[in-house]
Amino acid sequence: MSTERFELVIGLEVHCQLKTVSKAFCGCRTTFGDAPNSNTCPVCLGLPGALPVLNEHAVSLATRAALALDCTVHPVSVFARKNYFYPDLPKGYQISQFDKPLATGGAVVISRADDGTPHVIRLTRVHMEEDAGKSVHDRYREWTAIDLNRSGTPLVEIVSEPDIRSAAEAGAYLRRMKQILEYTEVSDANMEEGSLRVDVNISVRPQGSTVLGTRTEIKNLNTFSGVERSIEVEFARQCTVIEGGGIILQQTMLWDGVRGQIRPARSKEGSHDYRYFPEPDLPALVLDAAWLDAQRASLPELPETKRTRFQNAYALSGADLEQLTATQSLADAFEAIAREAGDARRAANWVTGPLLAAVNASGGSVQDHPVSASRLGALIKLEASGQLSNAAARQIFTLMATDPADPLALARREGLLKVSDDGALVGWIDDVFAEFPVEAGRFVAGEKKLQGVLVGHVMKKSKGSADPKKINQLLSARAG
Amino acid sequence: MSGLMPAGLLSLSARELATQVGDGSVDADTLLAETFARLDEVRAGPDGLNAFLTIDRDVGVHEAARQDERAADGRSADGRLEGVPVAVKDNIATLRLPTTCASRILDGYLSPYEATAIRRLRDAGARVVGKTNMDEFAMGSSTENSAFGPSRNPHDTTRVPGGSSGGSAIAVASGVVRIALGSETGGSVRQPAAFCGVVGVKPTYGRVSRHGLVAFASSLEQIGVFGRTVDDAALALGVIAGRDPLDATSEAESVPDYATAAAGTGDSRPLDGIVIGRPMEYFPASLDPRIRALTDRAAETLRALGAEVRDVSLPHTELAIPVYYIVAPAEASSNLARFDGARYGLRSAGNGLREMYEHTRSNGFGPEVTRRILLGTYVLSAGYYDAYYKRAQAVRRLITRDFANAFAQGVHALLTPTTPSTAFALGAVSDPYEMYLSDIYTVTANLAGIPAMSQPIGRIDGLPVGGQLLAAHFDEATMFRIAYALERALGEEAHR
Amino acid sequence: MAVSEHDVRNIALLARLGIADAHLPSIVEQLNGILAHMDVLERVPLGDAALDAASAQGMPLRPDANTPVPLAREIADIAPAARDGFFLVPRLATHGDGVGSEAGEDGA
Repeated sequence: MSTERFELVIGLEVHCQLKTVSKAFCGCRTTFGDAPNSNTCPVCLGLPGALPVLNEHAVSLATRAALALDCTVHPVSVFARKNYFYPDLPKGYQISQFDKPLATGGAVVISRADDGTPHVIRLTRVHMEEDAGKSVHDRYREWTAIDLNRSGTPLVEIVSEPDIRSAAEAGAYLRRMKQILEYTEVSDANMEEGSLRVDVNISVRPQGSTVLGTRTEIKNLNTFSGVERSIEVEFARQCTVIEGGGIILQQTMLWDGVRGQIRPARSKEGSHDYRYFPEPDLPALVLDAAWLDAQRASLPELPETKRTRFQNAYALSGADLEQLTATQSLADAFEAIAREAGDARRAANWVTGPLLAAVNASGGSVQDHPVSASRLGALIKLEASGQLSNAAARQIFTLMATDPADPLALARREGLLKVSDDGALVGWIDDVFAEFPVEAGRFVAGEKKLQGVLVGHVMKKSKGSADPKKINQLLSARAG
Repeated sequence: MSGLMPAGLLSLSARELATQVGDGSVDADTLLAETFARLDEVRAGPDGLNAFLTIDRDVGVHEAARQDERAADGRSADGRLEGVPVAVKDNIATLRLPTTCASRILDGYLSPYEATAIRRLRDAGARVVGKTNMDEFAMGSSTENSAFGPSRNPHDTTRVPGGSSGGSAIAVASGVVRIALGSETGGSVRQPAAFCGVVGVKPTYGRVSRHGLVAFASSLEQIGVFGRTVDDAALALGVIAGRDPLDATSEAESVPDYATAAAGTGDSRPLDGIVIGRPMEYFPASLDPRIRALTDRAAETLRALGAEVRDVSLPHTELAIPVYYIVAPAEASSNLARFDGARYGLRSAGNGLREMYEHTRSNGFGPEVTRRILLGTYVLSAGYYDAYYKRAQAVRRLITRDFANAFAQGVHALLTPTTPSTAFALGAVSDPYEMYLSDIYTVTANLAGIPAMSQPIGRIDGLPVGGQLLAAHFDEATMFRIAYALERALGEEAHR
Repeated sequence: MAVSEHDVRNIALLARLGIADAHLPSIVEQLNGILAHMDVLERVPLGDAALDAASAQGMPLRPDANTPVPLAREIADIAPAARDGFFLVPRLATHGDGVGSEAGEDGA
């Protein structure tokens, strides 16, 4: 089988849970892990006579997502009923949007895997809908158990055009998407927790063809790597089928992440016919132009803009740039530290190095780290001025986590300030020459490569406080 | 069964009852006792009216306790319906009595919450004495489609009371209660009101909260009220009307006191300046001449009261029934999907989930409900949506415009017959479409969302005939003003 | 337009209404009797009524607060079958995993 003869064509549907405290159409809590059906009411249980009333905050979050994704948000959109039977869909229909969605168009820009050039993934639409409940199949032998706590949770569905050409691009698209949703505080966007869910539409065609092949849809994806691996597996499967003279059936595939296998969902008995029609219980959603402007104005700086600014303002690039703009909070922390330190380059090294290491080790967040931006900035200044070696500064950074003293005081107390006065340095050098006479003799005789060893011994003697530059000067003077 | 003229306390109007219970001159328990006695009287015997499906004999004790609680919380009772017994159609959710929609699929179902309209009635002091029979899920025009047996017309027990709110119409007509709630999707309050000789009001769409009304056709239906008189109905509507945050289609429009709005109707020409339209499409050559004559008499009476009556045209009227029988079943097919045996109501076991669904739904729904679900599913299905549903909605807009045009030309209200015939015999109409045609004059108001009401304007062979008034959106006040004046002017002629 | 037995069988499947084959012919006849009256709509000139009227006034929204309508009865009191707080339905044998409705809908 050769996949080289084929081009992979992918479109993604992302379902993202909006960060509200109550459900889309009722006042029930949206928290996870509560006792089954404890967060339910007449509306989300689909009891006779109950009616939906749309959550205002869900509308603003969905709108923010659409604006951040550069979509056209429509002043009038309409909810529709998508009708199908399933026991975790209590009304027998899902309230969604169909022919008049909240927003259309838009784009997400990713970097091409091969050369890093920007690649625009166009979006088809962004619409609001409600989540279904949960069917638990493995709890009882004869029964499927239904928990409707999730029923009615507000979602946005973000549908891309079939502009994605590889599993890596799909991954990059999703990471960008997640970043935008997090920046705008629209969603926790966590795949493992189910607040970000992905369906993949995938087809293949001979290289050079412009006609789309028959597509399959992969569902049941709950990790980024699952998305990428399932695409590889399905790509290979489709290529094999076509090369073998077969045809691709339009069907739903389920991904088994444990086995790394893909299998078709059970074929349906009746055809799908969702019988969409406008939801008569909800008048149109009308968004006022001034309100839309206010939403747009309240958006934070988006990742793309921030990357460009960081590139220009701080001369950052590559992995540092990606890392420091990964989340809003990290970017904010970096900027505060850079401002305090007056040295963006050093601040970047400190944030991506010791600070993130400490944060990751403690399992907290950058904001929670006990060393404030102003104290870390002061420390970086000491290092930049030459008063502290990097090694000494790292020691002090560790101490600062538990000791509120300012970094200069700590450095004094620990005797870690760089010693550059000749008297002390000469004394240490004399001591080292006395302790290591053989090495000292060979060095004086011209064996230059021993200078490093001797500098190390002097540094050790000074407990790291000696200025290495100065030691080198003094040593060089003693060498023949 | 004795005559239909109630005696004792039951002869007092809802307003009189509320006032007298409020000031202590009438004992609420005595009133309830008389109500239940009358109720038992009309239930008894082989030709019992079958108006009530369930009765709450402890309602007095329960509501008194609730009122004490409210008083202890420092909340004053509103008192507009203090102690007044009310009957409620069985598709409106109540906490103490089942809400079955007269369907096997909800047999015995106790709602865990109550409808906003019920809460408002109870907050005003009303006593919900029982739930009334209806066509299953409000689908029908005769109350013959009840899973719990048909109801009978109190004026002639061989005839239907009309429907779908037949039980509520009977409860008022037979003198058990002065006020009852019904619901309307295409005439289900006005048509049985006409057949039973009482007042029936369908308010403007959005006037009364639908929260707790079991949905049949969401874009068409409203909770409506029955009254023995115009004032009974006006009082009840005033209590239940108004914006409800639990219904996104309920409107914030203020609720006037309809009785005050009608004040001055004691003058000799109380309708001076009022223009009443007589839509010619509602008076075809085929109209029963006796119904035409009674409607014309009502028009003459209105003229004598000072109103100008002029002919108008609503050219799309004849399309209303086809439009209705696409839109209503389409919405019903979706609204009734929730009855699947999974969470509440009837479950019929089957081999696996699909069979459970199919057994539950085929055992649970009667033939008319099944027919409408099939019809609705069909008109929404792929390939037919545009031709049926979408087109019907467009024609619906034309029907709405007809009314808007008439009201824009200075017409305040329209006068028509409520029904093309008087109550027909039980079992007489077996063809579904022929049954649908009994709503021909009422269905337009539901499609347009405007308020409409029926009131007695005379009798044919002892059977009541209703006259219908229709008004512009949220102009119930004008409609009631005309209705009060007409009722007073016709006097006993309305029931002869 | 008219429906066939095949159409009605398909609609009944979509609507999860079990209809015995013996009843199909009469239901087809009734539905076609009703649908025949709908044909009049095809001939109505629609003009601008064909376009959805954009409602100037939008839907009222609800503040994002935890204020559900309380339930006066327990799940177990209304459910045909319930255990441990769950509603129970006949097991969907084809599902070994916790796949949600979108994926599993075919099985229903």
